[in-house]
Amino acid sequence: MARSRAFDVRRQSGFAFVALSCFVLLYLPIILLVVYSFNAGTSIAVWEGFSWQWYVSAWQNEKVQEATILSLIIATCASIVATSAAVMAALATTRTSKFRGSGLVFAMINQPLMIPEIVTAVALLIFFAMIKVATGYTGIWYLIIAHSAFCIPFAYMPIRARLQGMDLNLEQAAADLYGRPWQVFRRVTLPQLWPGVLAGAMLAFVISLDDVVITEFVKSAGQDTLPTYMLGQLRRVITPEINAISTVLLAISVALVVAFYMLSQSKKQ
Amino acid sequence: MSSETQSSRNRWLLLSPALAILTLAAAGPLLIVVVYSFLTPGDYGGVIWQFSTDAWFNVVAERDFFDETIGLSDAHLSIFWRSVRLSLLTTIVAFLVGFPTAYFIATRPENQRNIWMLLIMVPFWTNLLIRTFAVMEIIRNEGVINSVLVGVGLVDQPIQMLFTDFAVTLGMFYVYLPLMVLPIYASMERMDFSLVEAAFDLYATRWRVLRKVIFPIVKPGVVAGSILVFIPSLGAYVTPRVLGGGKNLMMGNLIELQFGQGRNWPLGAALSITLLAIVMVALIFYVRSAGTEETPHG
Repeated sequence: MARSRAFDVRRQSGFAFVALSCFVLLYLPIILLVVYSFNAGTSIAVWEGFSWQWYVSAWQNEKVQEATILSLIIATCASIVATSAAVMAALATTRTSKFRGSGLVFAMINQPLMIPEIVTAVALLIFFAMIKVATGYTGIWYLIIAHSAFCIPFAYMPIRARLQGMDLNLEQAAADLYGRPWQVFRRVTLPQLWPGVLAGAMLAFVISLDDVVITEFVKSAGQDTLPTYMLGQLRRVITPEINAISTVLLAISVALVVAFYMLSQSKKQ
Repeated sequence: MSSETQSSRNRWLLLSPALAILTLAAAGPLLIVVVYSFLTPGDYGGVIWQFSTDAWFNVVAERDFFDETIGLSDAHLSIFWRSVRLSLLTTIVAFLVGFPTAYFIATRPENQRNIWMLLIMVPFWTNLLIRTFAVMEIIRNEGVINSVLVGVGLVDQPIQMLFTDFAVTLGMFYVYLPLMVLPIYASMERMDFSLVEAAFDLYATRWRVLRKVIFPIVKPGVVAGSILVFIPSLGAYVTPRVLGGGKNLMMGNLIELQFGQGRNWPLGAALSITLLAIVMVALIFYVRSAGTEETPHG
């Protein structure tokens, strides 16, 4: 039977409608959140005109300033630690045959992705409470170590993907020319690996910046990151100041994720 | 032989920082949680180092305060049941929306697909608390939906949506939906549409093609997506806290309470291990089904 030309085997009725509604649904709440951050009034539902005032008041809020600085310090340190550890781990586990204990190593690296965050948070609360009692230290290193741990799998993934796609011949050639292992790594491997490392570090940074649950349980008194500060504020009267802070955080995440996407696209060409 | 042992030593040397951090701040403390679940609660939080199975007993049961009779703990069981029920509901709704969305993206021209997927993934990489908060702003009594409904005159009073099971389910659906779309899309993208064409040539209806040809091929992706949505929903803490208020607790919130006002750390530890066990069962189920269902098309 001759099929009419308009017949499209890929079409399923209603699917396009559901899909487009899905995109609207995904973005509508976020867009409204951003729009009301510019509201002149104190409401997050009634529009009273455009204003920057909530950005100004968030900027001048000392608690917000402190939380921002702490968030940035933790995210920077954690992404550096996690990325360094992930580069080494990726070098050890990629381009090699299966070795004894490889299953265990992969389980360990991916463990933060599988175990519910609340369970890890409770475990760290108990563990760090013991250390705090024993040593008296209550600084931010608990947070940095905790963040580094759950950032490792996110840093590891793009680095491993990059390593797998890399040409072994260059390294082989460098080794044949009597390059020492460290020289080969620095002069040959690392320059090729660089986009993967950058991508891994960016993902780790975003993941650390966004964490709520583990931070909420691990933090000592007076240590608030932006997300835990916001969580605390939600119990009070909500003003568009929260929207303003959210918008800034959203902008940072979106910028980093889009940059990550571009980086991984350029890889393929 | 000696170069082999050397390369093995190098490998473990390279792995040591990552393994050390993960042992110290992820896997190791879990063992302490197991130990804590068998201790006696301290008066003001913490524990007394005295062996006790009370915490495990209290996970599902309770002793009557007056006559010492043992009964099932209705409070805990109803929270477990709510966690499982809402997580399943979230997974089903995410599938009903995510499947057509993944299909839509997979049938776009090749150069557009990445852009559509980026649109799905960008919200996922943004702050979960902020996305939950965005949902809260929309559904609260003074929120946009109620303002419109009251303004138009459809209802006299705002509909209470916030602090209900509906709000929690909606929020979890909203934040975890990308995890459903991603694996389904991945298995659909590689699908060979000549199979669909062949089915149409054999006079199959669209519904039959969907059910008998497309669905079996992308089933591994559907299973993966369902697990990826179900597991974080079960352990959700932020979403039920923000959208469920104080009454509509899920397991994550029940666990937190034991370390806050309740101050029964061993019970909190036992509840954590219980949650972990349920998640592990779901993961094993997933690995099993992924292992046996690999199709030649996959």
